[in-house]
Amino acid sequence: MSLDTSTTTTTVTTSNSNNIDNLPPPNTKIGLEIHCQLTQLQSKLFCSCKANYRTYDTNQNVCPTCLGLPGTLPLLNKAAVEKAIAIAQALQCTTPPKIAFFRKNYFYPDLPKNFQITQLNVYGDTSIGSNGRVSVEHKDIRITRIQLEEDPGRIVHQGASEKTQTTLIDYNRAGTPLVEIVTEPDFEDPREIRLFLNVLSDLLENLQVSDPTLDGAMRVDGNVSVAGGPKVEIKNVTSFHDLEKALVYELARQQSLVSRNIPVEQETRHWDDKRRITISARSKEGDLDYRYFLESDIPWIVIDNNTLKQIQKDMPESISSKKERYISGYGIAHQVADVLSSDKFFSDLFEEAQKEIALRYTDNSGIQNTAKNIANIITTDVMGLIDTREKQGTSKLRAVHLVDLTDSIKQGIISRSAIKTALPEIVSSGDSIKNIIQKLDLGNVSDSSELSELISQVLSVEKKAIQEYKTNPASINYLVGCVMKKSDGKADPQTTLKLLEEKLAGN
Amino acid sequence: MPNSKIDLSISALQYVEGIQSGSFTAEEFVSSTLEHIKKHDEKLHAYLDLNQTSTQQARVIDKKIKSGSKDIGACYGMPISVKDNICIRDTRTTCASKILDTYVAPYNATVITKLQKQDAIFLGKTNLDEFAMGLTTEFSAYGPSRNPWNTDYVPGGSSGGSAVAVASHMCIASLGSDTGGSVRNPASFCGVVGFKPTYGLVSRYGLISYANSIEQIGPLTKTVQDTAFLLNIISGVDTHDNTTASTASVTGTDYLDGIDAGIEGKTFAVIKEMINDNGTDPRVAASTKKAVSNLEKLGAQCTEVSLDAVDYSVAAYYTITSTEAASNLARYDNIRYGFDFPVQEYEFNSYISKARSRFGPEVTRRMILGGFVPSAGQAGKYFLKALKVKNKLCKELDAALDSYDFMLAPTVPILPFKLGEKIDDPVALFLIDINTVTANLTGKPAISVPFDNVDGLPVGMQILGDTLQDKAVLQAGYSLQNTVRNDLPEVALA
Repeated sequence: MSLDTSTTTTTVTTSNSNNIDNLPPPNTKIGLEIHCQLTQLQSKLFCSCKANYRTYDTNQNVCPTCLGLPGTLPLLNKAAVEKAIAIAQALQCTTPPKIAFFRKNYFYPDLPKNFQITQLNVYGDTSIGSNGRVSVEHKDIRITRIQLEEDPGRIVHQGASEKTQTTLIDYNRAGTPLVEIVTEPDFEDPREIRLFLNVLSDLLENLQVSDPTLDGAMRVDGNVSVAGGPKVEIKNVTSFHDLEKALVYELARQQSLVSRNIPVEQETRHWDDKRRITISARSKEGDLDYRYFLESDIPWIVIDNNTLKQIQKDMPESISSKKERYISGYGIAHQVADVLSSDKFFSDLFEEAQKEIALRYTDNSGIQNTAKNIANIITTDVMGLIDTREKQGTSKLRAVHLVDLTDSIKQGIISRSAIKTALPEIVSSGDSIKNIIQKLDLGNVSDSSELSELISQVLSVEKKAIQEYKTNPASINYLVGCVMKKSDGKADPQTTLKLLEEKLAGN
Repeated sequence: MPNSKIDLSISALQYVEGIQSGSFTAEEFVSSTLEHIKKHDEKLHAYLDLNQTSTQQARVIDKKIKSGSKDIGACYGMPISVKDNICIRDTRTTCASKILDTYVAPYNATVITKLQKQDAIFLGKTNLDEFAMGLTTEFSAYGPSRNPWNTDYVPGGSSGGSAVAVASHMCIASLGSDTGGSVRNPASFCGVVGFKPTYGLVSRYGLISYANSIEQIGPLTKTVQDTAFLLNIISGVDTHDNTTASTASVTGTDYLDGIDAGIEGKTFAVIKEMINDNGTDPRVAASTKKAVSNLEKLGAQCTEVSLDAVDYSVAAYYTITSTEAASNLARYDNIRYGFDFPVQEYEFNSYISKARSRFGPEVTRRMILGGFVPSAGQAGKYFLKALKVKNKLCKELDAALDSYDFMLAPTVPILPFKLGEKIDDPVALFLIDINTVTANLTGKPAISVPFDNVDGLPVGMQILGDTLQDKAVLQAGYSLQNTVRNDLPEVALA
């Protein structure tokens, strides 16, 4: 490894190499290494400094242990072990009866001890999990291994040119609990990867172990090979989007070499996000000898069946189980259930609403219909409105609002279309639905004279529709729609229909 | 005020009696000791640094005693020295290395916190082989310590400064660290008691790691009772050291209580490989025979047994410790602390190389060795093989300890030698560890008891016992000590 990332590039002759629509070369194999911080933990992996280092000033979230000062010893955070096991269980991995930690020895400025405490399966399986799988759109991606390890510090380069550049180190992150998830090379197309990563981040969020939206909380490296050639490791990719770009580029590069009978070299390459290419890392990380050996400062940890059962018991319901329950329990449409169950924030909101519904309805169809309506409102209206973590944090929308809203529609107090107007007000003020209906004047117009006036106006211009109604009674819906529009969505549809029919019959 | 009438050669227990009976005050004792150090340490070089506030601390404790306060710790201001690889807050902690020349520890080791609570006074930091690698204290970057029995001779090591300080009465007792005999070896060479507890019995938090999988902090004292006294204070499960959890079953043990239980009916195995003719000085062999006879007189049974793996133990020891040392010492990259030198002209790797050029020859040798033996392509030949030897040694020793209560051997197979005599022959030096490394590789407790004096130089006997049988080892050590205690000569300082 070298601090200096500037290096020579291999020229790629394929045109349009970043074109994502290109088909991947034959026999493409891609495997991933995903590093995920356990951001929801209180403390670091081996000391009591905060796992949430992001709010601290530089080098303020440190102690003798995470700075690796002489004489300090790692004290294993048991909660981190439990959370990591929960991840392993959720990825259908096997967790061995005894787990151990190892030292990975290498020099790097961000590594306080110049070794990283991590896991390895050399004395049999001793890392948190092995041999799991994740199902992504009917395809299984095999998980080789999951290991618990410490995050290094953060290097900050300052100054533009190489001459004036200074390198500073912030150790606030050093020792943050990190789970590394290693997949088998089961991806055949970079596009599969984004789907996989979405599924994985939803899963991690649902487990309440990590918030993948935090900057740097989830980092992914890829191993790429084509046509049975050697694998090339792609590092230094900062976003999922760039990962896909980097992989597409790398596939094109390798394919181009293969087509010209130039052997692909086994190496590590870095993604240069300015030039949008991968470049060879000057010194080959693959050649580094990490001299792994057992970290004896941390005694072996026995994971007995009771511990494992307890962890499984304490795990939140899985996304797939939730989805299944939404479909079979409430008759929610497959696609709606899919979207709803995979988002922790919104499925929590939905679950909360169920509690309120149970208080108001005793009959099954009442419960089901309300639940279905709320699921639809959440997925079609609410999700788009509060679409960031920040907005979700400040939103004053509660489950009870949603139940009141659907009840008001059911009772004909407001129409379905009033939701769009009401929601932003609910989100910002958190006021009751009753108050909001009054405040925004959302109440349905069911007063016959007022409606008759509107209907007359509509009929006076919609001559063609009236003619059509005579041969096709179903076309009355169009006219209802016109009235609704004229009333700004406030016309009560039932009353409107009734009055329309009367008027048209009278014509 | 120094008081020339005070006998500085007294033991820790005698010190406590003296304070309690009003024979002297803590301040008198501490200042007399400091006076004594001033007089002799220029030659002996036991100390690297002295605590400038120790007499003031003694005065505070005296006041507390005078006031009749019941809140007085068991040490009553007893002056204790500490090997300079154990951290004392706000105190320079060098490991006798230039690379930590200016390093001031920002926290206390657990043993320090515990002793402080018991009103011990830390008189100063003692000399050692750099990072505790060595067995003569000649590898200290600050110059060697000298054996008080004959200043031309090495005091042993790596806790040489501690052993010298105790033997020459420049403190009541000392804390050392024992990775392959670093407490017992200098204890043997200087004629004091040295004890390596069961791995995990004493917290290593604040002990600067050399080979963390096998090392322990251990006391160096004038009597076995004093070792028990100190072990009562420093042992116990510590939330700062996860490896102490395995010793929870003996928490609360009083090591002093029943130390005179005797050894009648106990069985001792004399390990053949540790007294073989090749490496053992005949005078040391003769002392060992005398020890066997003394033990038998007390009603113990002694039998010679063979532990095959012992022949490979030194090779395994140096392979494992070098591997761990290279990793443990990798942090001295001069980034977070260290010394200043201009950074221009260096990139990361050359900067580290430059910083590491401050390591001395023995540390450098072991780091190079430690980079090699576990490396890809070599690990199978060296490191993994060493782990196998360690495993075999554990099995053989466990089997022997099923049949015998204790293992007996001379602590060091040879007598102390002259400074400079072996410094250029690392392998010859390594082999001197043959009798001590077994306790470390197997995690067992072992004590070195001053037993003989041959040609004016001390000889120590080692008793090794089973895991967590530290109390039994101390009882046996006490019995052996008492067979010779009144016959051994007093050290005479020039």
